[in-house]
Amino acid sequence: MTSTAGVESRILRAPHPVPGAPDNWKRFFSFNTDAKVIGIQYIATALFFLLVGGLLAMIMRGELITPEADLVDRTVYNGLYTMHGTIMLFLFIFPVLNGLNNLLIPCMIGAPDMAFPKLNAAAFWLVPVFGVILMASFLVPGGPASSGWWSYPPVSLQNPLGHLINGEALWILAVALSGISSIMGAVNFVTTILRMRAPGMTLTRMPIFCWTAFSAQTIQLIGLPALTGGAVMLLFDLVVGTSFYRPEGGGDPVLYQHFFWFYSHPAVYVIILPVFGVFSELFPVYARKPLFGYPFVAGASLVIVGLSLIVWVHHMFPSGVPQWMRDAFMVTTMLIAVPTGIKVFAWLATLWGGKLRLNTAMLFALGGLFNFVFAGVTGIMLATVPVDIHVNNTYFVVGHFHYVIYGAATMGVYAAIYHWFPKFTGHMYYEGLGKLHFLLTFIGTSLNFFPMHPLGLMGMPRRVSSYDPEFAFWNVIASLGAFLLGVSIIPFLLNLVSSWVRGAKAPANPWNAIGLEWLLPSPPPAENFEEHVPTVISGPYGYGTGRPLVEHQDEIERALLQA
Amino acid sequence: MTSTPQRFPLPRLIGLAVWLVLLTLLSVWMGAQVPRWLPVSASSAAPLVDGLFGFETAVATFVFVGVVSVMVWVVLFNRAEKYDMSDAEPIEGNTTLEIVWTVIPLVLVMAIAAYTIQVNREIGLIGPMDHAHGPAKANSAPAAPLPGGEVQVIARQWSWEFRYPVAGVLSTELHLPLDRRLGLQLESEDVIHGFYVPAFRLKQQVIPGRSITLFLTATRPGRYRLRDSEYSGTWFAANQADVVVESEEAYQDWLRRASRLPLQPGLSDAAREYAQQLSGERRSGYATIEPAPPPLVNVPGSNTLPHDA
Ligand code: HEM
Ligand SMILES: [Cu+2]
Ligand SMILES: [Cu+2]
Repeated sequence: MTSTAGVESRILRAPHPVPGAPDNWKRFFSFNTDAKVIGIQYIATALFFLLVGGLLAMIMRGELITPEADLVDRTVYNGLYTMHGTIMLFLFIFPVLNGLNNLLIPCMIGAPDMAFPKLNAAAFWLVPVFGVILMASFLVPGGPASSGWWSYPPVSLQNPLGHLINGEALWILAVALSGISSIMGAVNFVTTILRMRAPGMTLTRMPIFCWTAFSAQTIQLIGLPALTGGAVMLLFDLVVGTSFYRPEGGGDPVLYQHFFWFYSHPAVYVIILPVFGVFSELFPVYARKPLFGYPFVAGASLVIVGLSLIVWVHHMFPSGVPQWMRDAFMVTTMLIAVPTGIKVFAWLATLWGGKLRLNTAMLFALGGLFNFVFAGVTGIMLATVPVDIHVNNTYFVVGHFHYVIYGAATMGVYAAIYHWFPKFTGHMYYEGLGKLHFLLTFIGTSLNFFPMHPLGLMGMPRRVSSYDPEFAFWNVIASLGAFLLGVSIIPFLLNLVSSWVRGAKAPANPWNAIGLEWLLPSPPPAENFEEHVPTVISGPYGYGTGRPLVEHQDEIERALLQA
Repeated sequence: MTSTPQRFPLPRLIGLAVWLVLLTLLSVWMGAQVPRWLPVSASSAAPLVDGLFGFETAVATFVFVGVVSVMVWVVLFNRAEKYDMSDAEPIEGNTTLEIVWTVIPLVLVMAIAAYTIQVNREIGLIGPMDHAHGPAKANSAPAAPLPGGEVQVIARQWSWEFRYPVAGVLSTELHLPLDRRLGLQLESEDVIHGFYVPAFRLKQQVIPGRSITLFLTATRPGRYRLRDSEYSGTWFAANQADVVVESEEAYQDWLRRASRLPLQPGLSDAAREYAQQLSGERRSGYATIEPAPPPLVNVPGSNTLPHDA
């Protein structure tokens, strides 16, 4: 690397994302250590599995459009719903968020790459490995795991054929590998954020996305060992015949539920925190206003991390836990509403009096916020013990968490993909297709997941392959919504592929946004700023203040324009 | 967003007040709709749960519609003009507002929690006998009086069996007397099941190796569904039974007549479907655990009659 020229040498190399290597697609299929390549690898893999998980969901909704178990056998339905949940969580949403982390964190903090690039690549390549293991479980005798993504013993330990290699064993193996991959990723993200920020970028000048990513990855580091420990004992019970959880051998099946939820409740914050980060990045850009109350929004993430670790028993209210425990965990759960509320109000105040630009990314962010608030108010209902006792394990819960995970998280991910698409591909996306994608997604989400709430209130249990006829009406609507969601993927993929191949060339800063990533060419060169990392002199989101973000900002912007 | 008077002139303040009143009315109305979404309430716990849920629905409506109206407002009135590339007025925060929207939600959720703890006390969901006695001996004959309650509920893959040891009755339909508190002793022979009667608003995991007593008072005569609420394997969805609530006299009468009936196979939809699969009448899929044979009972009862909820 030469140090003869300043800004210009970087600009000169701008059209070649990987200096020395041809700008071809082959690098996406190799063990590449560039975070921007890994980010796209993660996202592409995740979108592939979104299609797989979505296809399974379509078959499930096909079964559920009628009350009887008639489309597929019950064993098949049980395998489908288990694999749908597992694929969507471990192969779609976690990887897609890690993809965003890889693309955004180094660019946003001005680092050339992640702290441990090889570890980063290894963490990614575990994803297709356990993806293949999980998909292979469809082919083993006895079929895939079919005890839900919770895999509660003793039902998960029942192994009708008695084979050593069975769907459940492969499932545990895949989840364990996913955990290892996540821990490798978390070590990398946390280290990068703590150690590799640009000069002048103090923690209090760091973009909120990095704060939320940091918070989420801290949860991974604290929680995953509990899940892994719990899963190893489950595997032993399954294949070696130990009795950690087998009641007939003196084990305690409820112990597993504690292990499982000690991690899996915080895991929902691993998913939603970065999406909060996306909202916090996008609203200022498209409302042309600073983020309202930056320090409070940043701090609220840390409060959420702390609280998320002490609420897990709210998933176990009907599990035979004592009353004092129910009350205590209800109170901690309720408290999470406070930092969450701080964020929601901050976003509203950011939008208030702004100059809104409703492009596709902004529409998805607004739609995501709408759905998140809806999920939030049903979440408070679920926190109160007597109401939860009624709706626990019913479709009310399925509706609640799909509003979070599809309505808010997946739509937030779409918002992020559109917003940063020009930056990392160098091409603009098509607004028309994007807006069509938004419209279909929003309507589909509402039709699919809203009806689940009345169904749950009426008493329809989740995970059923057949149901009483009184539940038919809302199920038909939900299924139609699901098919619409299936259709909504078409304009999305069409947009991604055609824009990348022949979309208009993207300038360095198409949205007129403030942030280090927008001071890089689109797409950024392999080492981002290389050794010419700008010095940050003010906090993020200075919209309308006229405050420059970095030293010599004018020069950098002029050079980018000339390129 | 600031307190400068020019930003909130009188017409705007009036508008805000009118909107708040409308929002409150809407929320109260939504809270009152709750009974229409829920099954009939048939236990002493149900009205308490419904009351809490109605209150939460009103609060939720206020919060949700409140937030959404702000979003609708900005989308309608704070859009940038087509070629306006300028920024908006840079307001970076307001500590007073932060305190307000931290304290108000805090007070609100703590109030909801306090109300809920109150309701919990009243429902007294798990009886004092919970965990007090050792592992269930579900296979033993139902001879000795039960320590925890008057009905022993046995869940298995996939049928429900109800034993009335004092009267010497076995049944696959649960009969309960009206307006009398009684304990159900919940036991499982295989995996975790869930005892869930939506009309009672009660749900409890049935955990193998434990005996959990659930106390309840049925308050409305009728026929209700009991559903398995904890995923229990292949025929989980078909693991349903009916609960019949009847007057004390009718209940005693039923017990007396039932005790004289000979034993016969009880209801098990799972066993019936499995037999159809074995005979090729019904398609089968992956390997499955075999359903337990239908329990031998005095009264199979029915699970196909119309139910109230
Ligand atoms: C494509 C649209 C989707 C449809 C139509 C859909 C539909 C469903 C249905 C019908 C169930 C079964 C509920 C049950 O039987 O209890 C389910 C469960 C689940 N879904 Fe989805 N879903 C969709 C997208 C997603 C996404 C994007 C995620 C996560 C990122 C997700 C995560 C889950 C999880 C974790 C479960 C629970 C599985 C379990 O009970 O073990 N779903 N979904
Ligand atoms: Cu939780
Ligand atoms: Cu939740």
